[in-house]
Amino acid sequence: MPAFRPLAVAGLVLMTAACSNLQPWVKPYERDKLADPIMGWDRDAISAQYLDHIRETREASRGATGSAGGGCGCN
Amino acid sequence: MKVAAVQRILGRVAAVVTLLLIRATCADVLPDDRADLFYSKYSGGGMDITGDSVAVNKKFTENIAAQLNYFVDHVSGASIDVLSQASQIRDERIQKSAALEFVHDKTTYTASYTSSIERDYRSHTASIALKQDMFGDLTTLSLAFANTVDKVGENNGTAFVPVIDWLGHAQSRSYDIDWSQILTKNLIAGVNFNVITDNGYLANPYRAVRFLRAPPNLAAGYQLGSQMYPDTRTSTAIQGEAKYFLPYRAAVTGSFRYFRDTWSIVGKTFELDYTHPIKNIWILEGRFRYYTQNHADFYSDLFDYAGQYRFEARDQDLAAQENYTIGAKATYAFLPNGWKIFKRATVTFDASRITFHYLDFRNIKYYGLPQYQPGTEPLYQFNATVYQVYMSIFF
Repeated sequence: MPAFRPLAVAGLVLMTAACSNLQPWVKPYERDKLADPIMGWDRDAISAQYLDHIRETREASRGATGSAGGGCGCN
Repeated sequence: MKVAAVQRILGRVAAVVTLLLIRATCADVLPDDRADLFYSKYSGGGMDITGDSVAVNKKFTENIAAQLNYFVDHVSGASIDVLSQASQIRDERIQKSAALEFVHDKTTYTASYTSSIERDYRSHTASIALKQDMFGDLTTLSLAFANTVDKVGENNGTAFVPVIDWLGHAQSRSYDIDWSQILTKNLIAGVNFNVITDNGYLANPYRAVRFLRAPPNLAAGYQLGSQMYPDTRTSTAIQGEAKYFLPYRAAVTGSFRYFRDTWSIVGKTFELDYTHPIKNIWILEGRFRYYTQNHADFYSDLFDYAGQYRFEARDQDLAAQENYTIGAKATYAFLPNGWKIFKRATVTFDASRITFHYLDFRNIKYYGLPQYQPGTEPLYQFNATVYQVYMSIFF
C-alpha cells in the first residue's frame, strides 16, 4: 500500500538505529537545563486537562495535545 | 481515510515500536507523590461554570503508583443556542478517574478508567498507555489507546425539575502516538499524533437548525428544526512542539497543531508560551494561543427550507470561527525545607481571556429588530474568562 511505504521506511531506519550502538549526543551530565522544572511539557496535568476540556467543548478540533478530558459540555 | 486503513497503519506502527522496545537498559522512575486541590471558574457566552477537584498521586513501591482524581463542575446559565429557545440550565458534572502505573526498566505502563456523569450525559472511558525511554534517554515514545462509551440524553423538563429523554449512545476510540526528543542541551521537541473514530449519536441535542418559513421571502422569518448528523466521524490531529532553554534561566515553547476530520473541518492551532522563574520561589508564565477552523460540510446558519439536505447542523462548534487566548500563570513555592511528611508545596494562580469570533454563525438574539432579517443578523462573538487556583503538595 503506497501510503504505508514512508512508515515502513521510517520503521526500518528506527529498527536499524535501535540495533546499533547509538551514543547519546547530549550526555547525561549535560542535561541540567533540560531537567529544570520549567522545561517540563506539562507541569500541571489537571489544569492542562481542564483547559483542553473547555476548548474541546467550543472547538471542533480535538486530540494530539498530550492530555485527555471527559464529558460533553453540551450547553 | 477509512477507519480500517487507519487501524491497519496504527497496528503496523505498533508492531515496529514493539521491536524497538527491546532496547531497555536501566530503570525509569515514577514521579513524586503529590496531592492537588483545584478550583476553577469559567464565565462567558452566558454561562458560568465552577469546578472543584482533588487529585492524589501515590507511589506504593518504586515500580507501582496510583492516581485518583475527583472533579465536580457546576454549570449555570445558558449559551446563545439555549437562550434562543428560552430555557435556562443548571447542571452538575462529576468526573472520577483512577489510574495505575507500573514501571519496568525504561518502560512505563498505565491503565486508567474515567467516568463523567451529568444528568443528561454519561461517559465512560477506559485507556491503556505505554511510555518508553530509549536511545540513551534522548527519546521518549508513548502509545495510548482509549475507548469511550457515551449515553446522550436531553432534558425536556426544567432546570429544577428535569425530565431526561435518552436519545442514544456513541462510541469513540482514540489512538495516540507521541514522540519526545532531546535535540540539544537546550532544546527538546515533540510530535503528537492522534486519530479518533466515533460512531453513534454524535449530535448535540440542545442545538437546532433554522430555515426560512416561506422561502425565498426573508420577511416571513424563520423556524427552528432538529439537527441531523452523520453517525460516524474520524479525525486526525498532529502537533509539533518545541521548548527552548534561553541563555538566561527561562524557557520558550512554541507549538502548531493541524486537525482535519471526515466532516471537512480543518483546524489550526498556534501556541506560544514563555516561562520565567524568579529564584526558586516563583515561576511566572505568559501564553498566547490562536485557533481557527472552517465549518463542517453540513453546517449552515440558515437553511432554505426544512430537510434541504440529508445532514444539517447549526451547532456553533461546527461553524467557522477563530479565537484568541491570552493567559498568565504564577506559581509560588513554599515549605522549601518541608514540614512533617511534606517535602514542598506550591500554589498557582492562572487566568486566561478568550475572545471568540464566529465567521458564519449569527446572533439570533438580534432577530426581531426591524433592521435585521434572517441571515443578516450580526455575527456572534463573545469573551470568556477562565480562572484557576490550585495547590500542590509533594510528599
